[in-house]
Amino acid sequence: MPLPYNAIVMEHFKNPRNVGKMENPDGKSTVGSPACGDMVSVYLEVDEKTKVITKVMFESYGCASNIATGSIITELAKGKTLEEAKKITWKEASDALGGLPKIKSHCSVLAVEGLRDAITNYEEKHGLVVEKVPTTLEVIRRRLKNVLNPLTGLDIVRTSLVTEMGIKDGVVTISIDLPEDHQFANNIKEEIKEKIETLWDVTRVDLVFKK
Amino acid sequence: MIYMDNAAATRLDERVWEAMRPYYLDSFAVATSEFGHSMGLDARETLVNARTELTQRLGIKEKELVFTSGDTESSNTALKGVARSLEDKGKHIVVSAIEDFPVLNSAKALERRGYKVTYLPVDADGLLDMEALKSALTKETVLVSVQQANQEIGTLQDLKAIGEIAHDKEVLFHTDATHAFARVPTDYGRLPVDLVTISAHTIHGPKGVGGLLVKEGTPFSKWMDGGFQENNLRAGLENIPGIVGFAKAAELVSEEENERIRKMRDVLIERLLSEVEDTMLNGHRTKRVPQNANITYHYVEGESITLHLDMREIEVSTGSACFSRSLEASHVIMGIGGNHERAHGSIRYSLGRFNRIEEAQEVVEAMKDIIKRLREISPLKHKGGK
Repeated sequence: MPLPYNAIVMEHFKNPRNVGKMENPDGKSTVGSPACGDMVSVYLEVDEKTKVITKVMFESYGCASNIATGSIITELAKGKTLEEAKKITWKEASDALGGLPKIKSHCSVLAVEGLRDAITNYEEKHGLVVEKVPTTLEVIRRRLKNVLNPLTGLDIVRTSLVTEMGIKDGVVTISIDLPEDHQFANNIKEEIKEKIETLWDVTRVDLVFKK
Repeated sequence: MIYMDNAAATRLDERVWEAMRPYYLDSFAVATSEFGHSMGLDARETLVNARTELTQRLGIKEKELVFTSGDTESSNTALKGVARSLEDKGKHIVVSAIEDFPVLNSAKALERRGYKVTYLPVDADGLLDMEALKSALTKETVLVSVQQANQEIGTLQDLKAIGEIAHDKEVLFHTDATHAFARVPTDYGRLPVDLVTISAHTIHGPKGVGGLLVKEGTPFSKWMDGGFQENNLRAGLENIPGIVGFAKAAELVSEEENERIRKMRDVLIERLLSEVEDTMLNGHRTKRVPQNANITYHYVEGESITLHLDMREIEVSTGSACFSRSLEASHVIMGIGGNHERAHGSIRYSLGRFNRIEEAQEVVEAMKDIIKRLREISPLKHKGGK
Protein backbone atom coordinates (compact mmCIF):
# COMPACT_ATOMS: atom_id res chain seq x y z
CA MET A 1 0.00 0.00 0.00
CA PRO A 2 1.46 3.38 -0.99
CA LEU A 3 -0.12 5.16 1.99
CA PRO A 4 2.08 6.01 4.97
CA TYR A 5 -0.30 4.06 7.21
CA ASN A 6 -0.20 0.31 7.75
CA ALA A 7 -3.20 -2.01 7.43
CA ILE A 8 -4.02 -2.03 11.17
CA VAL A 9 -4.09 1.76 11.32
CA MET A 10 -6.26 1.91 8.22
CA GLU A 11 -8.63 -0.68 9.64
CA HIS A 12 -9.10 1.35 12.85
CA PHE A 13 -9.48 4.50 10.78
CA LYS A 14 -12.17 2.90 8.61
CA ASN A 15 -14.00 1.22 11.48
CA PRO A 16 -13.16 3.11 14.65
CA ARG A 17 -14.19 1.31 17.87
CA ASN A 18 -16.03 3.00 20.75
CA VAL A 19 -16.76 6.11 18.78
CA GLY A 20 -19.38 8.73 19.61
CA LYS A 21 -20.61 10.96 22.38
CA MET A 22 -21.51 9.45 25.75
CA GLU A 23 -24.51 10.91 27.54
CA ASN A 24 -23.80 11.69 31.21
CA PRO A 25 -20.25 10.38 31.34
CA ASP A 26 -18.53 9.93 34.71
CA GLY A 27 -15.39 11.56 33.37
CA LYS A 28 -14.64 13.44 30.19
CA SER A 29 -12.09 15.63 28.48
CA THR A 30 -11.39 17.44 25.23
CA VAL A 31 -7.82 18.12 24.20
CA GLY A 32 -6.35 19.78 21.14
CA SER A 33 -3.06 19.79 19.29
CA PRO A 34 -1.44 23.16 18.78
CA ALA A 35 0.70 21.64 16.00
CA CYS A 36 -2.03 20.80 13.55
CA GLY A 37 -5.41 21.67 15.02
CA ASP A 38 -6.65 18.14 15.70
CA MET A 39 -9.01 17.65 18.63
CA VAL A 40 -10.12 14.61 20.63
CA SER A 41 -12.85 14.13 23.24
CA VAL A 42 -12.77 11.13 25.59
CA TYR A 43 -15.72 9.96 27.72
CA LEU A 44 -15.53 7.48 30.61
CA GLU A 45 -18.00 5.32 32.48
CA VAL A 46 -16.37 4.11 35.68
CA ASP A 47 -17.50 1.56 38.29
CA GLU A 48 -17.51 3.60 41.48
CA LYS A 49 -16.51 0.71 43.70
CA THR A 50 -13.85 -1.04 41.70
CA LYS A 51 -12.67 2.04 39.77
CA VAL A 52 -12.70 -0.06 36.62
CA ILE A 53 -13.44 1.68 33.31
CA THR A 54 -16.58 -0.11 32.15
CA LYS A 55 -17.15 1.96 29.04
CA VAL A 56 -15.02 4.44 27.14
CA MET A 57 -15.88 6.44 24.03
CA PHE A 58 -14.10 9.02 21.91
CA GLU A 59 -14.71 11.60 19.23
CA SER A 60 -12.16 13.03 16.81
CA TYR A 61 -11.78 16.17 14.75
CA GLY A 62 -8.60 14.88 13.26
CA CYS A 63 -6.61 12.92 10.73
CA ALA A 64 -6.36 9.17 10.23
CA SER A 65 -3.69 8.60 12.90
CA ASN A 66 -5.71 10.64 15.37
CA ILE A 67 -8.84 8.57 14.73
CA ALA A 68 -6.95 5.27 14.78
CA THR A 69 -5.21 6.10 18.06
CA GLY A 70 -8.51 7.15 19.62
CA SER A 71 -9.89 3.80 18.59
CA ILE A 72 -6.99 1.74 19.95
CA ILE A 73 -6.63 3.71 23.19
CA THR A 74 -10.28 3.13 24.07
CA GLU A 75 -9.82 -0.57 23.36
CA LEU A 76 -6.74 -0.64 25.61
CA ALA A 77 -8.42 1.30 28.43
CA LYS A 78 -11.65 -0.68 28.54
CA GLY A 79 -11.74 -3.03 31.56
CA LYS A 80 -8.70 -1.49 33.20
CA THR A 81 -8.73 0.35 36.53
CA LEU A 82 -8.11 4.07 36.47
CA GLU A 83 -4.62 3.53 37.87
CA GLU A 84 -3.80 1.00 35.15
CA ALA A 85 -5.32 3.12 32.38
CA LYS A 86 -3.32 6.16 33.48
CA LYS A 87 -0.15 4.28 32.68
CA ILE A 88 -1.01 3.52 29.05
CA THR A 89 1.63 5.23 26.95
CA TRP A 90 1.72 6.51 23.41
CA LYS A 91 4.30 3.82 22.67
CA GLU A 92 1.86 1.09 23.72
CA ALA A 93 -0.89 2.60 21.58
CA SER A 94 1.46 2.98 18.62
CA ASP A 95 2.76 -0.60 19.04
CA ALA A 96 -0.79 -1.94 19.20
CA LEU A 97 -1.41 -0.22 15.88
CA GLY A 98 1.71 -1.77 14.36
CA GLY A 99 3.53 1.57 14.28
CA LEU A 100 2.67 5.10 13.16
CA PRO A 101 4.59 7.51 10.93
CA LYS A 102 6.93 9.63 13.10
CA ILE A 103 5.58 12.91 11.76
CA LYS A 104 2.17 11.89 13.02
CA SER A 105 3.17 11.36 16.62
CA HIS A 106 1.58 14.61 17.85
CA CYS A 107 -1.83 13.69 16.41
CA SER A 108 -1.71 10.32 18.10
CA VAL A 109 -0.28 11.53 21.42
CA LEU A 110 -3.44 13.56 21.66
CA ALA A 111 -5.68 10.55 22.26
CA VAL A 112 -3.40 9.38 25.08
CA GLU A 113 -3.55 12.83 26.67
CA GLY A 114 -7.30 12.81 26.22
CA LEU A 115 -7.62 9.57 28.16
CA ARG A 116 -5.39 10.83 31.00
CA ASP A 117 -7.31 14.10 31.18
CA ALA A 118 -10.62 12.26 31.32
CA ILE A 119 -9.29 10.19 34.23
CA THR A 120 -8.12 13.36 36.03
CA ASN A 121 -11.55 14.84 35.37
CA TYR A 122 -13.17 11.78 36.98
CA GLU A 123 -10.86 11.93 39.98
CA GLU A 124 -11.51 15.59 40.57
CA LYS A 125 -15.26 15.19 40.27
CA HIS A 126 -15.23 12.30 42.71
CA GLY A 127 -12.97 13.89 45.27
CA LEU A 128 -10.14 11.49 44.60
CA VAL A 129 -7.52 14.20 44.40
CA VAL A 130 -5.46 13.91 47.53
CA GLU A 131 -3.48 17.12 47.31
CA LYS A 132 -5.81 20.07 47.81
CA VAL A 133 -3.90 23.08 46.50
CA PRO A 134 -5.90 26.34 46.44
CA THR A 135 -6.80 27.45 42.95
CA THR A 136 -4.88 30.48 41.77
CA LEU A 137 -4.93 32.42 38.51
CA GLU A 138 -1.79 30.51 37.56
CA VAL A 139 -3.61 27.18 37.96
CA ILE A 140 -6.46 28.48 35.81
CA ARG A 141 -4.08 29.78 33.17
CA ARG A 142 -2.30 26.45 33.03
CA ARG A 143 -5.58 24.60 32.54
CA LEU A 144 -6.80 27.02 29.88
CA LYS A 145 -3.65 26.31 27.91
CA ASN A 146 -5.22 22.94 27.16
CA VAL A 147 -8.23 24.53 25.52
CA LEU A 148 -7.72 24.92 21.81
CA ASN A 149 -8.84 27.89 19.77
CA PRO A 150 -10.19 26.08 16.68
CA LEU A 151 -9.69 29.21 14.62
CA THR A 152 -5.93 29.17 14.95
CA GLY A 153 -5.08 25.69 16.15
CA LEU A 154 -3.31 27.24 19.15
CA ASP A 155 -4.45 27.44 22.76
CA ILE A 156 -6.87 30.16 23.82
CA VAL A 157 -4.38 31.83 26.18
CA ARG A 158 -1.60 32.14 23.64
CA THR A 159 -3.95 33.44 20.95
CA SER A 160 -5.35 36.11 23.34
CA LEU A 161 -8.86 34.73 23.11
CA VAL A 162 -8.92 34.97 26.90
CA THR A 163 -8.88 38.67 27.69
CA GLU A 164 -9.41 38.61 31.46
CA MET A 165 -9.45 36.14 34.34
CA GLY A 166 -10.50 36.48 37.94
CA ILE A 167 -11.22 34.32 40.98
CA LYS A 168 -13.17 35.29 44.09
CA ASP A 169 -14.83 33.10 46.71
CA GLY A 170 -14.80 30.05 44.50
CA VAL A 171 -16.28 31.89 41.50
CA VAL A 172 -14.03 32.03 38.42
CA THR A 173 -14.71 34.71 35.79
CA ILE A 174 -13.20 34.41 32.34
CA SER A 175 -13.66 36.95 29.53
CA ILE A 176 -13.55 35.63 25.99
CA ASP A 177 -12.88 37.72 22.91
CA LEU A 178 -15.67 36.15 20.87
CA PRO A 179 -19.34 37.01 20.47
CA GLU A 180 -21.68 34.55 22.17
CA ASP A 181 -23.25 33.47 18.87
CA HIS A 182 -19.91 32.57 17.26
CA GLN A 183 -19.82 29.08 15.74
CA PHE A 184 -17.29 27.86 18.30
CA ALA A 185 -18.42 29.90 21.32
CA ASN A 186 -20.41 27.05 22.77
CA ASN A 187 -17.65 24.58 22.20
CA ILE A 188 -15.05 26.76 23.91
CA LYS A 189 -17.44 27.49 26.78
CA GLU A 190 -18.06 23.83 27.46
CA GLU A 191 -14.39 23.03 27.35
CA ILE A 192 -13.45 25.82 29.72
CA LYS A 193 -16.13 24.78 32.19
CA GLU A 194 -15.02 21.18 31.97
CA LYS A 195 -11.40 22.11 32.73
CA ILE A 196 -12.08 24.57 35.57
CA GLU A 197 -15.31 23.52 37.27
CA THR A 198 -13.84 20.30 38.54
CA LEU A 199 -11.21 22.07 40.67
CA TRP A 200 -12.07 21.22 44.27
CA ASP A 201 -12.50 24.78 45.53
CA VAL A 202 -14.27 26.21 42.47
CA THR A 203 -18.03 26.51 42.85
CA ARG A 204 -18.90 28.26 39.60
CA VAL A 205 -17.38 29.41 36.30
CA ASP A 206 -18.79 32.54 34.66
CA LEU A 207 -17.95 33.26 31.05
CA VAL A 208 -18.21 36.77 29.69
CA PHE A 209 -18.46 36.95 25.90
CA LYS A 210 -17.76 39.99 23.76
CA LYS A 211 -20.75 42.29 23.34
CA MET B 1 -10.70 5.77 -10.54
CA ILE B 2 -11.84 9.38 -10.44
CA TYR B 3 -8.83 11.67 -10.60
CA MET B 4 -9.48 15.26 -9.51
CA ASP B 5 -5.97 16.34 -8.62
CA ASN B 6 -5.09 17.85 -11.99
CA ALA B 7 -3.51 20.94 -10.43
CA ALA B 8 -0.78 18.65 -9.10
CA ALA B 9 -0.24 16.64 -12.28
CA THR B 10 -2.29 15.60 -15.29
CA ARG B 11 -2.47 12.42 -17.30
CA LEU B 12 -0.62 12.76 -20.60
CA ASP B 13 -2.93 12.90 -23.60
CA GLU B 14 -2.26 10.05 -26.09
CA ARG B 15 -2.08 12.56 -28.93
CA VAL B 16 0.65 14.40 -27.07
CA TRP B 17 2.51 11.15 -26.58
CA GLU B 18 2.18 10.29 -30.27
CA ALA B 19 3.54 13.71 -31.22
CA MET B 20 6.51 13.28 -28.87
CA ARG B 21 7.34 9.67 -29.67
CA PRO B 22 9.24 10.14 -32.97
CA TYR B 23 11.55 12.63 -31.29
CA TYR B 24 12.67 9.99 -28.84
CA LEU B 25 12.91 7.09 -31.28
CA ASP B 26 13.47 8.36 -34.82
CA SER B 27 14.62 11.96 -34.95
CA PHE B 28 16.51 12.31 -31.72
CA ALA B 29 19.18 14.85 -32.63
CA VAL B 30 19.44 18.25 -30.99
CA ALA B 31 18.89 21.55 -32.72
CA THR B 32 22.47 22.67 -32.22
CA SER B 33 23.54 20.01 -34.73
CA GLU B 34 21.68 21.81 -37.52
CA PHE B 35 24.85 22.58 -39.45
CA GLY B 36 26.25 19.11 -38.98
CA HIS B 37 23.54 16.79 -40.30
CA SER B 38 19.98 16.60 -41.54
CA MET B 39 18.62 15.07 -38.36
CA GLY B 40 19.87 18.15 -36.54
CA LEU B 41 18.18 20.31 -39.12
CA ASP B 42 14.94 18.44 -38.51
CA ALA B 43 15.34 19.11 -34.77
CA ARG B 44 15.85 22.81 -35.45
CA GLU B 45 12.73 22.96 -37.61
CA THR B 46 10.71 21.06 -35.06
CA LEU B 47 11.83 23.43 -32.30
CA VAL B 48 10.98 26.47 -34.43
CA ASN B 49 7.53 25.09 -35.24
CA ALA B 50 6.73 24.30 -31.61
CA ARG B 51 7.87 27.75 -30.57
CA THR B 52 5.72 29.36 -33.26
CA GLU B 53 2.68 27.35 -32.19
CA LEU B 54 3.08 28.40 -28.55
CA THR B 55 4.07 32.02 -29.04
CA GLN B 56 1.10 32.63 -31.36
CA ARG B 57 -1.17 31.24 -28.69
CA LEU B 58 0.44 33.46 -26.07
CA GLY B 59 0.44 36.57 -28.25
CA ILE B 60 4.18 37.14 -28.05
CA LYS B 61 7.20 37.19 -30.35
CA GLU B 62 9.07 33.97 -30.98
CA LYS B 63 12.25 35.13 -29.35
CA GLU B 64 10.30 36.04 -26.23
CA LEU B 65 9.78 32.43 -25.16
CA VAL B 66 12.48 30.48 -23.34
CA PHE B 67 11.82 26.78 -22.84
CA THR B 68 12.65 25.51 -19.36
CA SER B 69 12.31 22.38 -17.24
CA GLY B 70 8.99 23.56 -15.79
CA ASP B 71 7.39 26.25 -13.70
CA THR B 72 9.84 25.93 -10.82
CA GLU B 73 12.79 26.75 -13.06
CA SER B 74 10.86 29.50 -14.84
CA SER B 75 9.88 31.33 -11.65
CA ASN B 76 13.33 30.86 -10.09
CA THR B 77 14.90 32.30 -13.24
CA ALA B 78 12.48 35.22 -13.32
CA LEU B 79 12.91 36.27 -9.70
CA LYS B 80 16.59 35.55 -9.19
CA GLY B 81 17.49 36.63 -12.74
CA VAL B 82 15.84 40.03 -12.45
CA ALA B 83 17.23 40.52 -8.97
CA ARG B 84 20.75 39.82 -10.21
CA SER B 85 20.38 42.01 -13.31
CA LEU B 86 19.07 44.96 -11.38
CA GLU B 87 21.04 44.73 -8.16
CA ASP B 88 22.44 48.19 -8.81
CA LYS B 89 18.93 49.63 -8.93
CA GLY B 90 17.73 48.22 -5.63
CA LYS B 91 17.12 45.19 -3.48
CA HIS B 92 13.39 45.09 -2.95
CA ILE B 93 10.87 42.71 -4.47
CA VAL B 94 7.13 42.42 -3.96
CA VAL B 95 5.14 39.16 -4.08
CA SER B 96 1.66 38.15 -3.00
CA ALA B 97 1.29 36.14 0.20
CA ILE B 98 -0.46 33.26 -1.58
CA GLU B 99 2.07 32.55 -4.34
CA ASP B 100 3.00 28.96 -5.10
CA PHE B 101 6.31 27.70 -3.70
CA PRO B 102 8.58 28.43 -6.72
CA VAL B 103 7.89 32.17 -6.33
CA LEU B 104 7.46 32.21 -2.56
CA ASN B 105 10.63 30.28 -1.81
CA SER B 106 12.66 32.16 -4.45
CA ALA B 107 11.60 35.34 -2.67
CA LYS B 108 12.62 33.83 0.67
CA ALA B 109 15.98 32.79 -0.79
CA LEU B 110 16.56 36.37 -1.93
CA GLU B 111 15.53 37.59 1.52
CA ARG B 112 18.30 35.46 3.03
CA ARG B 113 20.72 37.15 0.65
CA GLY B 114 19.82 40.57 1.98
CA TYR B 115 16.88 41.50 -0.22
CA LYS B 116 13.83 43.11 1.28
CA VAL B 117 10.65 41.26 0.35
CA THR B 118 7.11 42.58 0.76
CA TYR B 119 4.41 39.92 0.98
CA LEU B 120 1.20 41.56 -0.18
CA PRO B 121 -2.07 40.61 1.52
CA VAL B 122 -5.12 39.36 -0.36
CA ASP B 123 -8.78 39.68 0.54
CA ALA B 124 -11.15 36.91 1.65
CA ASP B 125 -11.59 35.78 -1.97
CA GLY B 126 -7.87 35.79 -2.64
CA LEU B 127 -7.79 39.01 -4.66
CA LEU B 128 -4.71 41.17 -4.28
CA ASP B 129 -4.93 44.30 -2.15
CA MET B 130 -4.18 46.94 -4.81
CA GLU B 131 -3.68 49.73 -2.29
CA ALA B 132 -1.09 47.63 -0.49
CA LEU B 133 0.65 47.08 -3.83
CA LYS B 134 0.72 50.80 -4.59
CA SER B 135 2.15 51.71 -1.23
CA ALA B 136 4.69 48.87 -1.31
CA LEU B 137 6.52 50.14 -4.38
CA THR B 138 9.61 52.23 -3.77
CA LYS B 139 12.62 53.42 -5.75
CA GLU B 140 14.39 50.29 -4.59
CA THR B 141 11.74 47.92 -5.96
CA VAL B 142 12.95 45.85 -8.90
CA LEU B 143 10.15 43.31 -9.37
CA VAL B 144 6.52 42.59 -8.60
CA SER B 145 5.54 38.92 -8.84
CA VAL B 146 1.85 38.07 -8.58
CA GLN B 147 0.36 34.85 -9.92
CA GLN B 148 -2.35 34.83 -12.57
CA ALA B 149 -4.31 32.04 -10.89
CA ASN B 150 -3.93 30.49 -7.48
CA GLN B 151 -2.84 26.85 -7.24
CA GLU B 152 -5.26 25.96 -4.43
CA ILE B 153 -8.29 28.21 -4.63
CA GLY B 154 -8.15 29.13 -8.34
CA THR B 155 -8.67 32.87 -7.84
CA LEU B 156 -7.69 34.92 -10.90
CA GLN B 157 -5.86 38.20 -10.39
CA ASP B 158 -6.31 41.31 -12.51
CA LEU B 159 -2.98 41.22 -14.36
CA LYS B 160 -3.71 44.40 -16.28
CA ALA B 161 -4.35 46.47 -13.15
CA ILE B 162 -1.34 45.02 -11.32
CA GLY B 163 0.95 45.48 -14.32
CA GLU B 164 -0.14 49.09 -14.80
CA ILE B 165 0.60 49.92 -11.17
CA ALA B 166 4.03 48.28 -11.44
CA HIS B 167 4.90 49.89 -14.78
CA ASP B 168 3.72 53.27 -13.56
CA LYS B 169 6.54 53.05 -11.02
CA GLU B 170 8.92 51.55 -13.61
CA VAL B 171 8.95 48.22 -11.84
CA LEU B 172 9.04 44.93 -13.74
CA PHE B 173 6.10 42.54 -13.42
CA HIS B 174 6.33 38.73 -13.39
CA THR B 175 3.32 36.46 -13.21
CA ASP B 176 3.19 32.74 -12.51
CA ALA B 177 0.54 31.56 -14.97
CA THR B 178 1.03 27.83 -14.34
CA HIS B 179 -2.59 27.28 -13.29
CA ALA B 180 -4.19 29.67 -15.79
CA PHE B 181 -2.22 28.91 -18.96
CA ALA B 182 -4.51 27.58 -21.74
CA ARG B 183 -7.44 27.14 -19.32
CA VAL B 184 -7.85 30.93 -19.29
CA PRO B 185 -6.74 32.02 -22.79
CA THR B 186 -4.67 35.16 -22.32
CA ASP B 187 -2.95 37.45 -24.77
CA TYR B 188 0.20 38.16 -22.78
CA GLY B 189 1.56 40.30 -25.61
CA ARG B 190 -1.06 42.94 -24.94
CA LEU B 191 -0.81 42.82 -21.15
CA PRO B 192 1.60 44.92 -19.10
CA VAL B 193 3.59 41.88 -17.98
CA ASP B 194 7.33 41.41 -18.51
CA LEU B 195 7.84 37.80 -17.49
CA VAL B 196 5.38 34.91 -17.44
CA THR B 197 5.84 31.38 -16.08
CA ILE B 198 4.01 28.56 -17.87
CA SER B 199 4.17 24.77 -17.67
CA ALA B 200 3.04 21.75 -19.67
CA HIS B 201 2.21 19.49 -16.75
CA THR B 202 -1.11 21.15 -15.92
CA ILE B 203 -2.60 20.70 -19.43
CA HIS B 204 -2.00 17.00 -20.12
CA GLY B 205 1.46 17.68 -21.47
CA PRO B 206 4.71 16.08 -20.31
CA LYS B 207 6.24 16.71 -16.89
CA GLY B 208 9.53 18.60 -16.77
CA VAL B 209 8.74 21.04 -19.56
CA GLY B 210 7.78 24.66 -19.13
CA GLY B 211 8.47 28.09 -20.42
CA LEU B 212 9.37 31.57 -19.34
CA LEU B 213 8.07 34.45 -21.40
CA VAL B 214 10.62 37.23 -21.38
CA LYS B 215 9.38 40.34 -23.14
CA GLU B 216 11.87 42.05 -25.40
CA GLY B 217 14.09 44.48 -23.52
CA THR B 218 13.53 42.90 -20.11
CA PRO B 219 16.76 42.73 -18.11
CA PHE B 220 17.56 39.07 -17.93
CA SER B 221 20.45 37.12 -16.66
CA LYS B 222 21.35 33.64 -17.75
CA TRP B 223 22.29 31.57 -14.73
CA MET B 224 23.29 28.15 -16.05
CA ASP B 225 26.56 28.12 -17.94
CA GLY B 226 26.93 25.85 -20.93
CA GLY B 227 25.88 26.20 -24.54
CA PHE B 228 24.15 29.02 -26.38
CA GLN B 229 20.71 27.45 -26.68
CA GLU B 230 17.46 29.40 -26.47
CA ASN B 231 18.89 32.62 -27.91
CA ASN B 232 21.67 32.32 -25.39
CA LEU B 233 19.13 32.77 -22.59
CA ARG B 234 19.24 29.22 -21.23
CA ALA B 235 22.07 26.73 -21.60
CA GLY B 236 21.25 23.06 -21.87
CA LEU B 237 20.18 20.48 -24.39
CA GLU B 238 16.80 21.41 -25.86
CA ASN B 239 14.16 18.96 -24.69
CA ILE B 240 12.77 18.52 -28.21
CA PRO B 241 10.24 15.75 -27.47
CA GLY B 242 9.08 17.62 -24.37
CA ILE B 243 8.74 20.90 -26.24
CA VAL B 244 6.83 19.19 -29.06
CA GLY B 245 4.55 17.69 -26.41
CA PHE B 246 4.11 21.08 -24.77
CA ALA B 247 3.03 22.70 -28.05
CA LYS B 248 0.69 19.81 -28.83
CA ALA B 249 -0.82 19.92 -25.34
CA ALA B 250 -1.51 23.66 -25.69
CA GLU B 251 -3.04 23.10 -29.13
CA LEU B 252 -5.43 20.48 -27.74
CA VAL B 253 -7.00 22.75 -25.13
CA SER B 254 -10.13 24.24 -26.65
CA GLU B 255 -12.74 26.76 -25.59
CA GLU B 256 -15.36 23.98 -25.69
CA GLU B 257 -13.27 21.84 -23.36
CA ASN B 258 -12.79 24.70 -20.90
CA GLU B 259 -16.53 25.31 -20.96
CA ARG B 260 -17.23 21.60 -20.32
CA ILE B 261 -14.80 21.67 -17.38
CA ARG B 262 -16.38 24.84 -16.04
CA LYS B 263 -19.79 23.12 -16.03
CA MET B 264 -18.41 20.19 -14.02
CA ARG B 265 -16.81 22.61 -11.58
CA ASP B 266 -20.12 24.41 -11.15
CA VAL B 267 -21.89 21.13 -10.43
CA LEU B 268 -19.35 20.43 -7.69
CA ILE B 269 -19.56 23.90 -6.18
CA GLU B 270 -23.31 24.31 -6.36
CA ARG B 271 -24.26 20.84 -5.21
CA LEU B 272 -21.67 20.56 -2.45
CA LEU B 273 -22.50 23.98 -1.00
CA SER B 274 -26.23 23.36 -1.08
CA GLU B 275 -26.38 19.67 -0.20
CA VAL B 276 -23.75 19.50 2.53
CA GLU B 277 -24.40 21.83 5.44
CA ASP B 278 -21.72 23.96 7.11
CA THR B 279 -19.55 24.32 4.02
CA MET B 280 -17.93 27.29 2.38
CA LEU B 281 -16.26 28.02 -0.93
CA ASN B 282 -12.61 29.04 -0.86
CA GLY B 283 -11.65 31.50 -3.57
CA HIS B 284 -13.69 33.87 -5.69
CA ARG B 285 -16.95 32.48 -7.08
CA THR B 286 -16.56 33.88 -10.61
CA LYS B 287 -13.00 35.22 -10.87
CA ARG B 288 -11.58 31.71 -10.81
CA VAL B 289 -10.10 29.21 -13.24
CA PRO B 290 -12.65 26.82 -14.77
CA GLN B 291 -10.94 23.71 -13.39
CA ASN B 292 -10.86 24.50 -9.67
CA ALA B 293 -13.33 23.99 -6.83
CA ASN B 294 -12.12 24.32 -3.23
CA ILE B 295 -14.52 23.78 -0.37
CA THR B 296 -14.15 23.76 3.41
CA TYR B 297 -16.22 21.28 5.38
CA HIS B 298 -16.45 22.49 8.95
CA TYR B 299 -15.90 20.15 11.93
CA VAL B 300 -13.93 17.55 9.94
CA GLU B 301 -10.30 17.14 8.93
CA GLY B 302 -8.98 17.03 5.37
CA GLU B 303 -6.61 14.08 5.54
CA SER B 304 -9.40 11.90 6.90
CA ILE B 305 -11.58 13.03 4.00
CA THR B 306 -8.93 12.36 1.34
CA LEU B 307 -8.23 8.89 2.75
CA HIS B 308 -11.93 8.02 2.73
CA LEU B 309 -12.16 9.30 -0.84
CA ASP B 310 -9.08 7.29 -1.79
CA MET B 311 -10.74 4.12 -0.50
CA ARG B 312 -13.48 4.88 -3.01
CA GLU B 313 -10.85 5.54 -5.68
CA ILE B 314 -11.39 9.29 -5.78
CA GLU B 315 -8.22 11.39 -5.76
CA VAL B 316 -8.24 14.97 -4.50
CA SER B 317 -6.07 17.16 -2.28
CA THR B 318 -6.43 19.14 0.99
CA GLY B 319 -4.95 22.23 2.64
CA SER B 320 -5.00 20.61 6.09
CA ALA B 321 -1.85 20.83 8.18
CA CYS B 322 -2.11 17.09 8.88
CA PHE B 323 -1.69 16.43 5.18
CA SER B 324 1.53 18.38 4.75
CA ARG B 325 4.96 17.13 5.67
CA SER B 326 5.72 20.44 7.34
CA LEU B 327 2.54 20.27 9.47
CA GLU B 328 1.74 23.77 8.36
CA ALA B 329 -1.77 24.62 7.28
CA SER B 330 -2.08 25.87 3.72
CA HIS B 331 -0.57 29.35 3.48
CA VAL B 332 -3.20 30.13 0.86
CA ILE B 333 -6.19 29.36 3.10
CA MET B 334 -4.47 31.15 5.97
CA GLY B 335 -3.79 34.05 3.59
CA ILE B 336 -7.46 34.49 2.71
CA GLY B 337 -8.71 34.31 6.27
CA GLY B 338 -5.96 33.48 8.70
CA ASN B 339 -8.07 30.59 9.86
CA HIS B 340 -6.65 27.23 10.85
CA GLU B 341 -10.05 25.60 11.08
CA ARG B 342 -10.87 26.57 7.50
CA ALA B 343 -7.68 24.96 6.21
CA HIS B 344 -8.23 21.89 8.40
CA GLY B 345 -11.32 20.80 6.44
CA SER B 346 -10.53 22.19 2.99
CA ILE B 347 -10.66 19.98 -0.11
CA ARG B 348 -9.41 20.96 -3.56
CA TYR B 349 -11.00 19.37 -6.61
CA SER B 350 -9.00 20.18 -9.75
CA LEU B 351 -10.48 18.99 -13.01
CA GLY B 352 -9.02 18.03 -16.34
CA ARG B 353 -9.78 16.73 -19.80
CA PHE B 354 -10.54 13.20 -18.68
CA ASN B 355 -13.15 14.03 -16.08
CA ARG B 356 -16.80 13.48 -16.94
CA ILE B 357 -19.90 15.11 -15.54
CA GLU B 358 -21.04 11.77 -14.04
CA GLU B 359 -17.82 11.76 -12.03
CA ALA B 360 -18.65 15.15 -10.56
CA GLN B 361 -22.06 13.80 -9.52
CA GLU B 362 -20.46 10.68 -8.05
CA VAL B 363 -17.97 12.76 -6.07
CA VAL B 364 -20.82 14.82 -4.60
CA GLU B 365 -22.58 11.64 -3.43
CA ALA B 366 -19.37 10.26 -1.95
CA MET B 367 -18.66 13.55 -0.17
CA LYS B 368 -22.12 13.66 1.37
CA ASP B 369 -21.63 10.22 2.84
CA ILE B 370 -18.04 10.75 4.04
CA ILE B 371 -18.75 14.13 5.65
CA LYS B 372 -21.76 12.66 7.42
CA ARG B 373 -19.67 9.78 8.76
CA LEU B 374 -16.79 11.96 9.90
CA ARG B 375 -19.11 14.50 11.52
CA GLU B 376 -20.75 11.71 13.47
CA ILE B 377 -17.45 11.15 15.23
CA SER B 378 -16.43 14.80 15.49
CA PRO B 379 -16.59 16.49 18.90
CA LEU B 380 -17.20 19.83 17.21
CA LYS B 381 -20.30 18.96 15.28
CA HIS B 382 -22.78 18.85 18.15
CA LYS B 383 -21.05 21.46 20.27
CA GLY B 384 -20.18 24.02 17.63
CA GLY B 385 -23.11 23.42 15.33
CA LYS B 386 -26.01 25.80 15.30
